[in-house]
This record gives sequence, structure tokens and C-alpha cells, in this order.
Amino acid sequence: MDGAHDMGGHQGFGKVEPEVNEPIFHGEWERRMLAMTLAMAKPGQWNIDMSRYARENRSPRDYLNRTYYEVWLGGLEALMEERGLVSREELDSGQALLPRKNVPVLKPDEVDAMLRRGGPTERPTDAPARFKVGDRVRARVMAPTTHTRLPRYVRGHVGTIELLHGAHVFPDSNAMGRGEAPQWLYTVRFDGSELWGEDGDPDASVSVDAWDSYLEPVS
Amino acid sequence: MSGHDHHDHGHHHGHDHDHSELSETELRVRALESILVEKGYVDPAALDELIQTYETKVGPRNGARVIAKAWSDPAYYDRLLKDATPAIAELGYEGRQGEHIVAVVNTPDTHNMVVCTLCSCYPWSVLGLPPVWYKAAPYRSKAVRDPRGVLDDFGVSLPKETRIKVWDSTAEIRYLVVPMRPKGTKGWSEEKLADLVTRDSMIGTGVARMPAEVA
Repeated sequence: MDGAHDMGGHQGFGKVEPEVNEPIFHGEWERRMLAMTLAMAKPGQWNIDMSRYARENRSPRDYLNRTYYEVWLGGLEALMEERGLVSREELDSGQALLPRKNVPVLKPDEVDAMLRRGGPTERPTDAPARFKVGDRVRARVMAPTTHTRLPRYVRGHVGTIELLHGAHVFPDSNAMGRGEAPQWLYTVRFDGSELWGEDGDPDASVSVDAWDSYLEPVS
Repeated sequence: MSGHDHHDHGHHHGHDHDHSELSETELRVRALESILVEKGYVDPAALDELIQTYETKVGPRNGARVIAKAWSDPAYYDRLLKDATPAIAELGYEGRQGEHIVAVVNTPDTHNMVVCTLCSCYPWSVLGLPPVWYKAAPYRSKAVRDPRGVLDDFGVSLPKETRIKVWDSTAEIRYLVVPMRPKGTKGWSEEKLADLVTRDSMIGTGVARMPAEVA
């Protein structure tokens, strides 16, 4: 979806202002928010692409007015509500009102193994890659209303294949519960002047990771 | 916390930020946790374990050790560039948000900078959790359009002829910048070299410290 999360190239947000000696968390609630988000992966009710979609799928006003952990809070609440793990009434009242669903729960002694395993997205494939390093490709013009990882600022622009990564889970499908549908993943390099014209930095380039179906050959 | 960095975006009610609003989010998170615990969806001890991991075990010191080893050991440097994920796992760093890592090398000709314009993708296994600025709109919007302007914001100026390569982490590939090794560090131990490697130098919004800065 073309939401506020797709920020590349927008202007007017001002300077980047790093915080000196920034703590890892700004308050206890951020600690709990991170931990709950990670722990609630264990029940297996959603995947990472569904999580990203739940975070970005909100009005731009809402997205931009939240800090990042507040976006996570909204995303986690939405996912759990959609799956019937909690109800809106429970979230508003802070009390459990409905019976629990029978789902697995992360135990303390499983944490280390879960984090070490992570969630690799590469999948075996027999399909040959359509492109090779050096090929010229155009990022397709598209505007899906659902989750995608092709940023607006590269759509329609021509770049060069820079790296091949094997086949990876396709987020556009996986986020919608339509299966992993792995596709070849490439890194595509775009010149600054291709993306931003005369206003771009001619000595800068931007590389994005793009799945096969995001791309079309340029002869 | 203090200052503007965290809750600087006002709030979704349109009036000025104050403490009661802060506590509104806190209350909401507290309510969520008590429901999840009451319903048996989370074990509080597992939450504590997760927090402790990212507060004490997984952070930019991991990445700094990788860089210091790459600076010191040519064979390791080659392995890191060829396939970073197993090379990094040799040092025990692996897993969540570091499943597929590519190392990109800064040279006098090329400076690399990593961003995630769509969310907050970041190589957790080597850098820990991302700082607020990395996840916030100014960096995510500006890095791909005006990377030299971003470096200005960080007080970093590069030679005019240095090209800048920005990597937008739009998939599950995570990018780790290998900063240039500072001059005057010949014969330094890996442990000492690691002190020169800052988090920002591995994101590409900074450069490694000079020896005089850690003396």
C-alpha cells in the first residue's frame, strides 16, 4: 500500500537529529513493547510480513504522529484482535473478558534458541534467475492496495542488477496469507540522477532489494 | 528520557505533548501486558529474558568485533566479503534480523550508507536495536535523496570525489558497513581496534574513531 511508511524521498521532515548517548529504551513501556512483540511471534498466528502490514496499514496522520514503538503497539493490538486472541473491549478495559485461545507460549528457556534461529527467508529453488549482474531492469509501475516492498521512489525507474540473493519468501503474498511463493531476489542499483533528475546527487546511487516480479527487462 | 528525540511528534490527539499523554501510552502497554499474562499468552519471565538479551548481549560491540577482525585478518576479511552471514556466525553472532547479511566496504572512492525507508530493518545480530533516528522520518526520507545532507547532519564531511552508495533494506538482507581502518593503528590488537568502531560507522552515518579519540 502507498502509505505514510513509504518515506523515501519525502521532503520537509527536517534534519536528522541523533540523540547523544541514546539509551537502548526510553522507558519501561518500550522494553515491554519490544518483548511482547517478539514473544507473540511464538503462537505462530502471523508472519513478519503480516506484522509489517499491520504497522503500516493505518492513516498517514496516525502513522506520522506515533513514535516507532507506538506503531508497534498499534500493530500488535490489530493482529491480536484480528486473530481473536484479544478483543477491543479487553484492550480498552485492561481485563481479560474472553476465554483464551489454545496457542503455544514462549518459555524463558526457549528465548535464546528462538533468537538464534531467527527467521531465514531464503528458500531452495530450481528456477534459474531471470537476470544476471549488470542487466538493466525497470522497476514496475504499480500501486497495490496491499503490502509491498517496492518503494514508490524507484517505481518506473531504470537500474542495474548488482547482486543475486537466491529465492526468498515474497512479502506481497506472504503478508496476505497467500503462501510464501518464493521468488528470486536481486539488489538493483539506481543512479541518483535517474531517481531525482537534476536535483539528485550525480555521485550517489541507491540500491534496493527487489523481487523478480517487481522488475522488467530493459533492452 | 529528556529532550525531543522520542516523543517529538506530538500525539494523535492534536494537542501539545505533556506527561498525561505519555502515561496514556504507558497505560495502554501495561493493560496489554496484563491481558496477555492473564490469558496465558506470554510468560513474564520470557519477556524479561528478551529484554535482557538486547540490553546486555546483543549490541554494536558485536559488530565492532567483526570489523576489527576483518581489519586484522585478511582471510577473515575475504570470508566476510564473500558470504558475511557464516563469517559473522564464526564469532557467535547470528539469528534474528541478521539471517542474511551482506558486508559492504568503505574505500576512499566509495562510502556506503544503510537505511530502511519502509520500516526499520536493521542488522540486530551485529548492531543491536536501532536508535530512534534510524526509525524516524527525517532519516528514512532523506537518506535516499540527499545522503550527503544526512552526513552533514551527522557532522561528517567526505571528500567531494567520494561516491556514496545507499542501501535501502527493502527485503530480509541486512547490510553491514565495513568502515575504513584509521591510520596510525598498525599492530593494534583486535580488542583495541574494536574501540574505534562506532555503531554509526557500521551504518555509514559516521566514520571510525581516530586513535587519538580513544587514547
